[in-house]
Amino acid sequence: MSSIQTLGFRTLLLVVHLGRLGVFVGRLARASLAPPSRIRRFVAEVFDVGVLSLPIVCLSGATVGAVLGFQSYVALARFGAEGSVGAVVGLALIREFGPVLTALLVTGRAGSAVAAEIASMVQTGQIDGLRMMSIDPMHFVVMPKAWAMLFTLPLLSALFIVFAIAGGYGVVVHLLGLDPGTYLTSLEDSVDFHDDVMQSLTKALVFGTLMASISTYRGYTSEPTSAGVSAATTGTVVTASVAVLLFDYALTTLWGV
Amino acid sequence: MDESLRAEFHIAFDGVQLSLGRRSVFRGLSCGFVRGQVTVVLGGSGAGKSTLLRLIGGLLRPDAGTVRVAGQEVSRLPERELYRVRERIGMLFQGGALLDSMTIFDNVALPLREHTDRSPDEIAAEVNRRLADVGLPEIGDLFPRHLSGGMSRRAALARSVVMDPEIVLCDEPFSGLDPLNVRRIEALLVDLSRRRGLTLVVTSHHLASSLRMADRIVFLVDGHAVSGTPQDLLRNEDRRIVDFLAAESDPSFDVARSADERAAHGAAGRAGA
Repeated sequence: MSSIQTLGFRTLLLVVHLGRLGVFVGRLARASLAPPSRIRRFVAEVFDVGVLSLPIVCLSGATVGAVLGFQSYVALARFGAEGSVGAVVGLALIREFGPVLTALLVTGRAGSAVAAEIASMVQTGQIDGLRMMSIDPMHFVVMPKAWAMLFTLPLLSALFIVFAIAGGYGVVVHLLGLDPGTYLTSLEDSVDFHDDVMQSLTKALVFGTLMASISTYRGYTSEPTSAGVSAATTGTVVTASVAVLLFDYALTTLWGV
Repeated sequence: MDESLRAEFHIAFDGVQLSLGRRSVFRGLSCGFVRGQVTVVLGGSGAGKSTLLRLIGGLLRPDAGTVRVAGQEVSRLPERELYRVRERIGMLFQGGALLDSMTIFDNVALPLREHTDRSPDEIAAEVNRRLADVGLPEIGDLFPRHLSGGMSRRAALARSVVMDPEIVLCDEPFSGLDPLNVRRIEALLVDLSRRRGLTLVVTSHHLASSLRMADRIVFLVDGHAVSGTPQDLLRNEDRRIVDFLAAESDPSFDVARSADERAAHGAAGRAGA
């Protein structure tokens, strides 16, 4: 097969997958409107996706904030502008690193787990078992997981940002000796609720939607084999991570979010 | 297909063709399953036994032909309408297909919680009764991973009949089980069918239990079906059926011997008997 044919084949395959993903999301939206609400399963999934992701999100947030604070301080000190380190750390975290890194972390931990769990249910016949009991698996299995991811990502992103700002504070104030008031005032003066915080929330919601739809789609449409479970898991991490980065670029440059 | 039985068929296949990938599984399959009887589906590995059950349940759709369940053509029904048909069907999957995130009690209770308005106490009583029926009265708190293969299958059987379906489909209920568990599940299935008048469709490799429990047998071979009573099957001269029966029941069966020779030998042996 020539490289042009390969490119054409892969493009067609991508279009087919995008079409199927669109249909899948449509079915998910329709299932979300149907009773019952599955609130108990939703709460259980919030625990699995959100609460169990807390340690990795908090630890990563503090580390990223500490490194960002340190590097920003060193760079700004060259120009005598180290007083602006709070603004740099705050804006970078709230507008960019918070939602993006949280989405990547949660994709690796929870998105892959959701895809693997659903794929394993496909492989062991549990999804077909539900269908034979006249229970819609989209409603019973997929919907609570998808909504839990969509619901928890903005919260985890906010937590990541809080821990990162604290991490930056720890390094810049306690290690490098910047005045605490300077760090916090610079941060407070530069961050605007509507422009920065709401846009951060918008990004987190978009990334949550991407992660929820891709991980559940990859799991639900997996081949009923061990290799299918593995492909769904790795496929989720790769596809969702790339999608998050692409959408981040698009949101930032095209819409200024 | 036996024309005299056509009117009694609870499930009927007519000219069903199905390919999975490049493999042609059914090439014009026509057969039926009589209401209130136990029908065992026999055939070699890859003959399409599990596929046949999946067609009945609407989990697969044929490329051509029709599948009628309780008078309704299921092969073209949309998924949402299939749910109404499936409420009349219970299915025991080969691996049990119990939801591994739930306890056995919750697994058996799930259809009742989803499709009835019964109170928690009524559901608990019903679930405990069903688990006792399958000889597992005290395992409700366990998860599927804590059970052996035989126990899982019995728990799955309890779940598949908890809604009192008209039709129960059992996919290889005896595979991998010890003789005692084979007899136990066989007795359970026959008892259910006789007591409740269920139409029971069982796929199996297990010849002895099939001959014991079956009212009728459907033998799948080369994408077609040969149907009849167990006695009809034992009298059949088709060498592929003769080979299948001999391989299971004849200790002196020799794969290397010519099929024709075995057919002649088998026919002579049956005539003598």
